[in-house]
Amino acid sequence: MSVNVAVFIPVLVIAAALFIWSCFRRFRLVLLGKPANRFRNIGKRVKSMIYFAFGQRCTVNHGYKFGLNHLVLFWCFMILLIANTEFLLHGLSPNVISFSRLTHGVYYPLAYIFDVLSVLALASVIIAIIRRLVFPPYYIQARSRDAFTILGLIAVLMLAFFSLHGTEIAQGKEIAAKYMPISNAFSHIFSGASAGTLGAYANAFWWLHAVVLLSFLNYLPYSKHMHILTSIPNVFFRSTTKVNTQLPEEFKKGNTFGVGQVNQFSWKDLFDSYSCTECGRCSNMCPATYTGKLLNPRLVIHDIKVNLLKNGPLIAQSKATNMPLIGGGQEGSIADEVLWACTTCGACMEVCPVFIEHVPKIVDMRRNLVEMKAKFPTELLPFFENIEQRSNPWGIVPSDRIKWAADLNVKPFEAGKTEYLFYVGCFGAFDARSRKVTLSIAQILNTAGISWGILGKDELCCGDSLRRLGNEFVFDRMARDNVKIFKDRGVKKVITECPHCYNTLKNDYHQYGIELDVIHHTELLNNLIKSGKLSLNGSKDLGNVVFHDSCYLGRYNNIYEAPRQAVTSVTHRVPTEMERNLEKSFCCGAGGGRMWMEESTGKRIDVERVEQALAKNPSTICVCCPYCLTMFEDGLKDKKADEKVQVLDLAEIVAGALKK
Amino acid sequence: MLVVTFVKQVPDTTQVKVDPVTGTLVREGVPFIMNPFDVHALEESLRLKDKYGFRVIVLSMGPPNTEVTLRKALALGADEAILLSDRVFGGADTLATSAVLAEATKKLAQKEEIAIVMCGKQTIDGDTAQVGPGIATRLGYPQLTLVDLIVNVDLQAKKVKVRRRLEGRYEIVESPLPSLISILRRANRPRYPVVPRRLMAQDAPVELWNNKVMGLKEDTIGLKGSATQVRKIFSPERTKGEILGDGANKPEETAKLLIDKLLAKNIICLK
Repeated sequence: MSVNVAVFIPVLVIAAALFIWSCFRRFRLVLLGKPANRFRNIGKRVKSMIYFAFGQRCTVNHGYKFGLNHLVLFWCFMILLIANTEFLLHGLSPNVISFSRLTHGVYYPLAYIFDVLSVLALASVIIAIIRRLVFPPYYIQARSRDAFTILGLIAVLMLAFFSLHGTEIAQGKEIAAKYMPISNAFSHIFSGASAGTLGAYANAFWWLHAVVLLSFLNYLPYSKHMHILTSIPNVFFRSTTKVNTQLPEEFKKGNTFGVGQVNQFSWKDLFDSYSCTECGRCSNMCPATYTGKLLNPRLVIHDIKVNLLKNGPLIAQSKATNMPLIGGGQEGSIADEVLWACTTCGACMEVCPVFIEHVPKIVDMRRNLVEMKAKFPTELLPFFENIEQRSNPWGIVPSDRIKWAADLNVKPFEAGKTEYLFYVGCFGAFDARSRKVTLSIAQILNTAGISWGILGKDELCCGDSLRRLGNEFVFDRMARDNVKIFKDRGVKKVITECPHCYNTLKNDYHQYGIELDVIHHTELLNNLIKSGKLSLNGSKDLGNVVFHDSCYLGRYNNIYEAPRQAVTSVTHRVPTEMERNLEKSFCCGAGGGRMWMEESTGKRIDVERVEQALAKNPSTICVCCPYCLTMFEDGLKDKKADEKVQVLDLAEIVAGALKK
Repeated sequence: MLVVTFVKQVPDTTQVKVDPVTGTLVREGVPFIMNPFDVHALEESLRLKDKYGFRVIVLSMGPPNTEVTLRKALALGADEAILLSDRVFGGADTLATSAVLAEATKKLAQKEEIAIVMCGKQTIDGDTAQVGPGIATRLGYPQLTLVDLIVNVDLQAKKVKVRRRLEGRYEIVESPLPSLISILRRANRPRYPVVPRRLMAQDAPVELWNNKVMGLKEDTIGLKGSATQVRKIFSPERTKGEILGDGANKPEETAKLLIDKLLAKNIICLK
């Protein structure tokens, strides 16, 4: 067919110019963000981009079956990109550029591939439409106009492709007709038409295809489908460390702290907001969203994007903005309550197919509320003051830290004389229930002949909750104090009872110039059992043991197997898994400083998690974290199941099975 | 106009232990805090600042390390801090303390009009609740003690209206400015310092007023000016009651003991 080049050139130029202008306007705003180094480890980045983005490992994961549909569409799209590029270039110079000018050996297979992929793309679009209409997933706005617009455009594009090639086959112009099964089928529709009509049809379908293609291109930057442009680079720029440890702040006069305005985010944070595909998996996984809190991680990212689009141009011109980033009340503004609802469990980041980092953004905004405005839930005030004044959450006299060891002969840690520092932590030292866990650990360490000591009343709180709550100023001081103690005393190897201490000592203190060899008691116990240093003779029957993964061990530090193996060694039975386990584990509700806040909206997270555990008919629930221990016991009382079901820390289970 | 706020740095009394042998207080290693009542007095002053635009000057008498507490007050929002520190001020009882504080107030009043002198109801180390009234008496200011609410300040009429919390009743009192107010802890919920102010407070000037500046007669201040002399500090013998069980380590068992005890004495009963 012959295209009217004189008409097409200006159309293409205008469409391309519009697209570039749109992209420029949007991406320019990303540069308003603060610097962030996401260029190191290029090799690793390229590899993960190939694996996760091109391999679509990120969409087909965690049991999301429809990710497969995306994989099909993605690869059809990538390959049809070649066909569409040829289509546009062919439109510019019909006589020069055309695949049909290639040798048959190349052209025929290409024609076949394009034809088949086009029908695959059409099929996956239809599946997507049906899914949205008939059984929409609850966690996304499945029936948005945005989604149907783009699906419709792709469908029309594919139909135009078949119609165009169908008419060309009917005209007898297509040499590869035999190899284009679908287009060939379409050609029968037009078989009775006269040559003139066919020519008009071909022309119309060509223009339809061209206009839809260019409209699609220009629609992208203004919709959630911008992710087509941004998600692959976003995977490239993802955090290369598993743990997304919050960056420290510099406490200098004149600095602002945290993020209170959208340009105080890093460019990567802003780019994240452009990359969101609105797939809703984060919200589906979020324990806060699930239990009816105001927080919905997808909307947090969405609001950041809306805020950037609204305020960015004003900020770029140094004009006043009128939509606050934090405050709520409208699209593009995030309510305080949303930020305080996060348990920092990281489930959202774990499932995000494009590696958006939700939690650090939430903590950054908390920092702004705490550090710049002193605005936080009132129950945090005593918590902050107690920690600052007495280095424990309850404001208990620091000298009581040693009380748990009153009846034991516990040695103080001395470098050279004791191998391990047992960093007990606030819960382990002060909380009556957790003290039993501490005693179990002490008993096991002694039985195994480990050389260990404690800091006693000189031990300080690690500051985990402070950091997650955005009180970085006080965290910073505590981290420095702790690191000084560790350095002064020559601490190298540390055993922790609490996963939060573990994570803070291991990953956060690293920023303060100390590399500790930290081991959580679950790992240590499992090692001791495996190496035969503990002889177990079985314990009293624990019944059905259901295992709960704590977020800061599992998702944060990849410790999944050690506690399970240890339970198995004791009970000779693999612990029962909950529906939500391993990297999809459901938070107990106490992380991110939530331990110290009231939970007045929606259902209590601990109750929800306890119900999930009760569904497995446990006699014992095994936890590895003092927060989880507290939350589960509270939840069981709430469900009036505390008589039937006991909650034990792994250390208690192992200590109970030691040969007497 | 000024709100003059007095604060005291006290040992964190919950962390003070009594030496079982000598019966004296073991102060070693006990951290110092701003007297909790004074935290509320400062908060009330800062609220007046926010509402009426007063300047808040915070004063403290004590050893040089009291500067820490004054910096905390600056971080919370006080505009200026003055440290009254001199060896000759040391060992003062409430009489001698109020003498220095009243003179300092007079000195401030020479430069700027004072609206209110604010202090906490009492300190947690001395517990006398006498210094506030002492200052007011020496200055001839009306004293509004046990205040849990400042209803309003009328700048035109130069009056302040407060609510006093007395046993079993409230009293609404109006008084001319300047007045001295002593604040109850229930009056407010103190704010939390924002980081920029904390950083500012780290090296903000804290003015030192020693007796060279104050020029007070030595027999009216410090130990010499005190009417009370401490002979002995001891913890009183417990004459009644008993400590049941081990609440910290065996809470359930201890609760059972307590319930049995209360049942036996017919203080509670089972339905």
